[in-house]
Amino acid sequence: MNVAAAFFYLFAFVLVASAFMVISSRNPVQSVLFLILAFVNAAGLFILIGAEFLALILVVVYVGAVAVLFLFVVMMLDVDFVELRQGFLQYLPVGLVVGLIFLAELVLVVGAWVTGPGVASAVASAPPSAGDVGNVQAIGRVLYTDYIYFFQAAGFVLLVAMIGAIVLTLRHKVNVKRQNISAQVARTAKTAMDVVKVRPGQGL
Amino acid sequence: MVIGLSHYLTVAAILFTLGTLGIFLNRKNVIVILMSVELILLAVNINLVSFSAFLGNLTGQIFALLVLTVAAAEAAIGLAILVVFYRNRGSIAVEDINAMKG
Repeated sequence: MNVAAAFFYLFAFVLVASAFMVISSRNPVQSVLFLILAFVNAAGLFILIGAEFLALILVVVYVGAVAVLFLFVVMMLDVDFVELRQGFLQYLPVGLVVGLIFLAELVLVVGAWVTGPGVASAVASAPPSAGDVGNVQAIGRVLYTDYIYFFQAAGFVLLVAMIGAIVLTLRHKVNVKRQNISAQVARTAKTAMDVVKVRPGQGL
Repeated sequence: MVIGLSHYLTVAAILFTLGTLGIFLNRKNVIVILMSVELILLAVNINLVSFSAFLGNLTGQIFALLVLTVAAAEAAIGLAILVVFYRNRGSIAVEDINAMKG
């Protein structure tokens, strides 16, 4: 067994084991941490297969952004997670049956998978993906030429998601004092000062 | 022993199955359901990238990049909806999400 195969089995085993822990862990914080472990191992698999750019993007996007978002929400919401786990065993038989059926179907698909007759010639005539240029450069060449509209649509999706998240979670509390800049600028000596005539011996 | 395409497809299939199983097992916890959806999307990404690498065509990696974008947007929007829902109802249990049943 060579080194690449050993690393493949290491990454694949840790990936599957941590994915199992994500769905079976008692504490959602542990679930998020195992999700991070799963994504890091998937990034290892991507590096093994020669897709370095996606591996690094996976680490940056998921571990850096999505997992932190999950962790933030899990820790911010004061939820009784023990109560949410009631009925875990009740759903286990149905889940196992569906999962086994699903896995059997997927194994049948993978096992009966054959390469089409035209694929070999198409692969042979495909442009060199990772030979003279690196993976990042090759992806850049394809992404910014053939798929530029998809790239911009992805950017638009992210923009809409950002605005949507802000609009959803922004709220103005009524009893919080805020700075009113136009009122401050419009303030003059006439409105700011009030001269009161005090009569002697009576006070205000 | 050479690691081939079917090895990666098997790993992705197991991951996808674990994701669907997670949706079934954690029927009450929206956060774990969202994490299971992330696992499913990761399995799809592994499929796309492994086909892309073994067939020598970069289009699969572009698709994986777009899937990653949509997954990140979906997580952000989903968690924002979750926070708003918790503010209004004080709970995130799935069976409490029935305001639109009429």
